Amino acid sequence: MGVKLLLAKAHVEGIKNYDVYRREGGYQSVEKALKTMTPEAVVEEVKKSGLRGRGGAGFPTGMKWSFIAKPEGVPRHLVCNADESEPGTFKDRYLMEHIPHLLIEGLIVSSYALGSNDTYIYIRGEYAWIVDILEKAIAEAHQNGWLGKNILGSGFDCNIHVQRGAGAYICGEETALLESLEGKRGNPRIKPPFPAVKGLWERPTVVNNVESLAAVVPIINMGGEEYAKIGVGRSTGTKLISACGNINKPGVYEIDMTISVEEFIYSDEYCGGIKNGKRLKACIPGGSSVPILPANLLLKTAKGETRYMNYESLSDGGFATGSMMGSGGFIVLDEDQCIVKHTYTLARFYRHESCGQCSPCREGTGWMEKLLLRLDKGEGKMSDIDLLWEIQSKIEGNTICPLGDAAAWPVAAAIRHFRDEFEWHVLHPHEAQVRNFGLAHYADPLQVPAGA
Amino acid sequence: MVQFSEQQMQEFNRLVKRYPEGKQKSALLPVLHLAQESFGGWLSVETMDYVANLLHLEPIEVYEVATFYSMFNTQPVGKYMFEVCQTGPCMLNGSDDIIAYIKEKLGINVGETTPDGMFTLKTVECLGACGYAPMMQLGKHYREHLTKEKVDAIIEECRNNAARNN
Repeated sequence: MGVKLLLAKAHVEGIKNYDVYRREGGYQSVEKALKTMTPEAVVEEVKKSGLRGRGGAGFPTGMKWSFIAKPEGVPRHLVCNADESEPGTFKDRYLMEHIPHLLIEGLIVSSYALGSNDTYIYIRGEYAWIVDILEKAIAEAHQNGWLGKNILGSGFDCNIHVQRGAGAYICGEETALLESLEGKRGNPRIKPPFPAVKGLWERPTVVNNVESLAAVVPIINMGGEEYAKIGVGRSTGTKLISACGNINKPGVYEIDMTISVEEFIYSDEYCGGIKNGKRLKACIPGGSSVPILPANLLLKTAKGETRYMNYESLSDGGFATGSMMGSGGFIVLDEDQCIVKHTYTLARFYRHESCGQCSPCREGTGWMEKLLLRLDKGEGKMSDIDLLWEIQSKIEGNTICPLGDAAAWPVAAAIRHFRDEFEWHVLHPHEAQVRNFGLAHYADPLQVPAGA
Repeated sequence: MVQFSEQQMQEFNRLVKRYPEGKQKSALLPVLHLAQESFGGWLSVETMDYVANLLHLEPIEVYEVATFYSMFNTQPVGKYMFEVCQTGPCMLNGSDDIIAYIKEKLGINVGETTPDGMFTLKTVECLGACGYAPMMQLGKHYREHLTKEKVDAIIEECRNNAARNN
């Protein structure tokens, strides 16, 4: 059993309610921060912890905080990004549903560190029932003096508001989120200026993911240095992984980033192996945007070393032979799954979610979807595969926000590692409709543990 | 005529008060959710104009937002809307079969409403329930681990609820 910092108490009976949460040691980090630490000291602890943004980009949270501008007389804001929409990712939902006060506690400490008197949680519109859970937790925190005016006599005022989105993946991008929070279409802004200087209503703003903000609680309780001792290298602390696809035990797991990918997939503590006794074909380890890896490159790096569930190891080999930790959305494909079809569903997703501002993304995502549909249906030509490659390469890096890259990478990786499967769809169009290409040579050549 | 009730107006005021003076436009998304729930599950031009008026916005500011976000319906929908996820992780777990089954069972295609105005079938992109696939959203809640039997039970449940409310 690895260390659990976020979900250790998530299954205590009644933990959703304030009384139970408090009895289990909740809100101690608020007492510690507001009574014994300056806001700067809180920022310093988070820096020392090495915490990296848990939304997907992995940018150091403490450093992001230190960038916030502090012009005289201008209010600052903390915004919690709960717009969890990356396919394969459902960890923030799990945290908010099971242990909502942990997020509220993290938000109070973080708001204190940043000087945010009005903090907003922007939650995806579909998580409608979670809004009620959060609002109840906020009301309880108010009643018990953790929110409102002059919290614990510290002179610090704080209110937390929950804002529902309305169905747009792009609003997970921080500047699109701020546009949406201002009541506009979710079109990402051109940076600079960065939100830390001009964010919500042109005020200095920090946007952080739910899991990052919840992690501030153990960081303050145990101290940044202690937190940094958990994990390995620059992958400090714990990470929530939402596992799905063709596995025996889909769900949300908290890992300390020292376990191997193989253990994560096959051990009963985590995914419990591949469903129906099938073999592992491929996996997207960090949410749909990151490169898909064939089984052999997933379990071992190109150098033949064991691959681990952490930022560095998952990206070992770059995009040529590696992937990314991303949001921790771990999608597993068994031997019967079709890479062409799966990639098509992702291309359709990105076409649907492109905001339409930048031509390479708006047009390119549509073309990729059409080409992939054609190939999947057995109506494609060999040249379509090259065209697909060319289109994705022209989207990447040519857009205002990372949605373009996010749409290009899964297509690029699918062709890079599974080109023979695309070609097979062209060469055997009828067979491709009734039979999967199978494992071919890229499939797991490793010893598969018994029972898997 | 489109008009919030007294209770809905209280909720409207609560929503607007969350933002600083002069930033009432920020309440647009929550107010459109409220309006959609209050006025038959969709946003007519009349509804959007009403919201624009309440928030002191130009109507175009409301139209462009209502058409951008996929949860806002700018056409009438059935009493119960099945929003079935079809993205990668759900596809890997058989969402295609579920969608085909619902189509057959209700006799409608994706994007259509049954003639009695009871059901609308819509496909949606990833709703963050990948570990509990296949799934659909029905109103405020998710229905997960869908099977054909579960779909039958959900349809039955909706029909019963509708009969009870009549």
